[in-house]
Amino acid sequence: MIRLERRPAPSKNWTYLAPLLAVATTMAVGAIMFALLGKDPFLAIKTIFWDPIFSPQFGSYSRPQLLVKAGPLILIAIGLSLGFRAGIWNIGAEGQYIMGALAGAAVALAVYPMELPVLLPLMVIAGALGGWAWAMIPGFLRTMFNTNEILVSLLLVYVAEQILAAASVGFLRNPEGGGFPGSRNLQSYPSAHNAEIIANSGIHWGVVAALISVIAAYVLLQRHILGFHIKLAGEAPRAAKLAGVNPARLILFCMGVSGALAGMAGLFEVAGPAGKVSIDFGAGYGFTAIIVAFLGRLHPVGILLAGLLMALTYIGGELAQLMLSLPAAAIQAFQGMLLFFLLAFDVFSHYRLRLAPGRAA
Amino acid sequence: MDISLINLVPLLMAASTPILLAGLGELVVEKSGVLNLGVEGMMIVGAITGFMAAVATGSPTLGFLGGALGGAAMALIFGLLTQGLMSNQVATGLALTLFGLGLSALLGQGFVGLKPPATPKLPVPGLSELPVIGPMLFRHDLMVYLSLAAVAAVWAFLRYSRPGLILRAVGENHAAAHALGYKVTRIRIYAILFGGAMAGLGGAYLSLVRVPQWTEGMTAGAGWIALALVVFAAWRPVPLLVGAYLFGGITVLQLNMQAAGVNVPVELLSMSPYVVTILVLVAMSAAGAAAGAPGSLGRAFHASR
Repeated sequence: MIRLERRPAPSKNWTYLAPLLAVATTMAVGAIMFALLGKDPFLAIKTIFWDPIFSPQFGSYSRPQLLVKAGPLILIAIGLSLGFRAGIWNIGAEGQYIMGALAGAAVALAVYPMELPVLLPLMVIAGALGGWAWAMIPGFLRTMFNTNEILVSLLLVYVAEQILAAASVGFLRNPEGGGFPGSRNLQSYPSAHNAEIIANSGIHWGVVAALISVIAAYVLLQRHILGFHIKLAGEAPRAAKLAGVNPARLILFCMGVSGALAGMAGLFEVAGPAGKVSIDFGAGYGFTAIIVAFLGRLHPVGILLAGLLMALTYIGGELAQLMLSLPAAAIQAFQGMLLFFLLAFDVFSHYRLRLAPGRAA
Repeated sequence: MDISLINLVPLLMAASTPILLAGLGELVVEKSGVLNLGVEGMMIVGAITGFMAAVATGSPTLGFLGGALGGAAMALIFGLLTQGLMSNQVATGLALTLFGLGLSALLGQGFVGLKPPATPKLPVPGLSELPVIGPMLFRHDLMVYLSLAAVAAVWAFLRYSRPGLILRAVGENHAAAHALGYKVTRIRIYAILFGGAMAGLGGAYLSLVRVPQWTEGMTAGAGWIALALVVFAAWRPVPLLVGAYLFGGITVLQLNMQAAGVNVPVELLSMSPYVVTILVLVAMSAAGAAAGAPGSLGRAFHASR
C-alpha cells in the first residue's frame, strides 16, 4: 500500500519542481481540452505559449503586451503574497484595483484640463490611497470585530463594481461624450497619461512600480523584522504570539499594502493602457493575481516569473481566440486548472510517498 | 409593479431558494470541519450543467439532477485535493471558484439565449386555495418545497441522528474522532459531495427558474452570500432559513424598487444585498458568533497512524 508520510521539513526541491510540473500538466490536460473542442491541440499550445513571443508576425505587437499585462498582475500579487504568507486572506484585490483607478482618475478629472507636471504622481498617490482605504474596510473590521476578512473583501468587489458603474454613467462621465458612458480619455490628457517610457516596449510606470515592488518585497521578507514577523505568523502562529508579534498591526499592514498596490495597479491601468473609466474596466486582474501569487510560491522572484507566464496565457489566449477561434472562456478554465495542479503537486513538498505494508483493519 | 406582501412573499421565497440550498450544503460541509470557499464555482457549474440537461432532455427535473451532479463533480475535485492531497482549503476553494467560472462559460457557449423548459408550479391541493396564505406560501415549484424540507432534514440529521453526531464530532475535533475509529477523510468527502450537490441545485434553480436562461457569471456572488449566511446562522439550519429569506427579501425589494423607478440610484440598490451581507457579518462577529464555529474548521487532517 502506498501512503503519505509527513516530511519533517518542506522539501526544497519540490518547492521549485511543483510549479514546473503544474505548468507541464496543465499544458497536457489543456491540450486534451482543446482537442475536445475540435482544435488542433499542438497548434493551440504553440499559439498560446510560443507565438506571442517568437512569431515574426505577431511578436512585435505581443511582446510589449506581455509587460502591459504582467505589470498589474505582479504588482497586485506581490501585495497579496505578504498577507497570504501571514494567513491573512485579502481576496478582494479586484475591488481595490477598481477603487484605486477611480480615486486616481477622479484627481485627474477634477483638475482637467490644467497641465501640471506633478499630476501623475498625485494620481498615483490617490490611487494607492483609494485601494488602501477599500482594503482597510475588511482589515479594520477584522481587527475590531473579528469579522471574516475573506468574505468582506470579496463582497466589497461587487460593491466596487457598482460604484464603477455609477462613476462611468454618472459622476465621472465625459461631459463631452454625447451621453455615452465612460470618462474622458486620459491618454489624450498629457499630464495625466501614464505613457510608455520607451516607445513600443510596453514599459509604463506601472511596470516600473511592479519591479520596484518585487525588490521591496524581497528586502522586506529577507532583511526586515516585519518580514520575519509575517513569515512567523503564517508558519508558527503560537511562536509569533510568544515573540510578541501584534496580530492587529500585522493584519492592517498586510491588508493596507495589498490594497495600496492593487489600487496603484488600477490607476496605472486607467491612466495608461485602458485610458478611461468605463463599466467594463475591471478585467479580472485582481482574481488572476491570486493564481500568480500561489504559482510564484508567495516569493517575490517567483511572482515575477509567474506574472510573466500568466500574462503570456492572456495574450496567447487572445491570439488563439483570433487565429483558432478558441473561446475566451477556455483560457479562464485553463488558468484555474493551473492552480489546481499546483495545489495537487504541492503535496510532495510536505509529504513523501512511502510504500508501507497495509495496516491491519 | 405592485409592492404588496402577497406579491412579495412568493418572489422572496423563490429568490432565496438558490442561496438557501447552497448555504445548507455549505453548512453541512463546515460542520464536518471543512471550509469550501468554492461555493460560487460549484453553483455556476451547476447552473450550466443543469441548464444543459434540462434543454437536452426537455425535463426540468432531469435538469435539477444535472445541476446537482455538476456541483458534486466540482466538489469531488475539491475533496480529492483537500482530503487526499492535504492541500490548503482556502486556496483550493478559490481555485474551484476561478475554475468554475471559466469552465461554465466554456460549457455554456452554445446555450446563450436559449429558453429552458418551464418548471411547473405545484400548488398544494386545498391549502393553495386559502385566502392570502394560499398564493403566498402554497403555489410554488417543487424546489421551493424541497429546499424547506431539506432545512428540516438537515436540522434533524445533525441534531438527532447518529451519523449526524459523528459528522459533528469529526468537525469539532478530528483527532479525537479518528482515535475513536471514525473515518475522518471519508466522512468529510461525503459531506463535501453533499455540499457540492446542494450548491449545484441552487445554481440550477437560478438558470432554470429564477432568471430563467443562461448568462456567463450569472451567480454574481450568490455563492459568497451563501457562505456568509452560514456564519450569520452560526452553523444552525433554522437561522440559515431565516437569513436566506431575509437576503431574498432585500433582493426582491431592491429589484422591485428599481422596476418601480424609485428615486434612488440604481447602483445603490444593486449593491444593497452585498452591503447588508457585510453589515450582518459585522454584527454577528461583534456578537461573538465565531465561537460557534466547528473546532477543526479549515484545518487539514492527516492520520499519522
